[in-house]
Amino acid sequence: MSTIEQQVTGTFAADPVHSHVGFEVPYAVATFSGEVTDFTASLVDGHLEGSAKIESIKLKDENLQAHVLSPEFFDAERHPVLTFSGDVARDGDRATIEGEITMKGITQPATLEGTIVGPTVDHFGATRVGLKLETVVDRTAFDMKWNMPLPNGEPALGNEVTLKADLTLVAQEA
Amino acid sequence: MRVLAISGSLRRDSNNTALLRALREEAPAGVEVELWDGLKEIPPYDGDDDLAPGPAKVEAFRSLVREADAVFFATPEYNSSIPGALKNALDWASRPLATNAFRNKPVAVIGSSAGAFGGVWAAAELRKVLAAMGARVTEVEMAVGHAHDKRDESGELSDDEIRDGLREALDTLLAEAAPALAAA
Repeated sequence: MSTIEQQVTGTFAADPVHSHVGFEVPYAVATFSGEVTDFTASLVDGHLEGSAKIESIKLKDENLQAHVLSPEFFDAERHPVLTFSGDVARDGDRATIEGEITMKGITQPATLEGTIVGPTVDHFGATRVGLKLETVVDRTAFDMKWNMPLPNGEPALGNEVTLKADLTLVAQEA
Repeated sequence: MRVLAISGSLRRDSNNTALLRALREEAPAGVEVELWDGLKEIPPYDGDDDLAPGPAKVEAFRSLVREADAVFFATPEYNSSIPGALKNALDWASRPLATNAFRNKPVAVIGSSAGAFGGVWAAAELRKVLAAMGARVTEVEMAVGHAHDKRDESGELSDDEIRDGLREALDTLLAEAAPALAAA
């Protein structure tokens, strides 16, 4: 049985090709999801910093995308970047990060929870750490209050949004 | 700074247009309020005519909105909602949605009516429509009820309290528009 390192030391940066950042929100009868394609993340001695460009949110309809980037939601013109920072607390393969998320110019505390794998040397000799994290935020706390009532009176869009990050972090040369 | 003022009423003696004339008088130095008089010339929206470029009058309206730093609406209320002509013009302006002229545009909405409520429902619906179009909708709220009683014999606004409200509303709109200008 291998011994899992409790702390990850050193400097790692996200490999964007093998990482994924996205969101899920209840919409009508199902879950609506989208992803952010332009993001960075670094892990330095257990401290995670991440940022994502709001304009890079990818949805399957350009008009819907325009609505999500508009002042009614992210206001990408004035608040082009989402940021997160926090310290990774590791317990075996479990990771918890008490940190802060800033969206639309508003900073709120957030706890990210998930799993951590590594450091592990890959087939090319690079050292990698995997972090799979999620948290639930109330979008209205970030001034994103849009909604429409369904015919049954219930709101079409949920307020609780799950933010997800599945990161492959690669050790950087000192 | 240029503010485009749009009245939702076509009526020659409109209370809402009178409010916007007063707004123009109350504008501080350096702020030009342009009262748009092209609403009646906008054709009914027809997807078959929604080509690039669109009808000349529609393109002219879109250009005016693009060139303005902010847009100030005063609307009456017809059947608890937005006057058809105004909604029609916005439906044209909203196309194509992702790049429309109102996108990120700071806007303010006030209303007036002959009745007691001052067009609050029309103004609320207009804010909703503008937000859906991607405009930067300010929190300005002003409902002028019994509007015809607040004008003098020549038809101009004679109520100082409402003039104060207009100045305040314009200040809010200009403050919303200012960061965009600073970044330009």
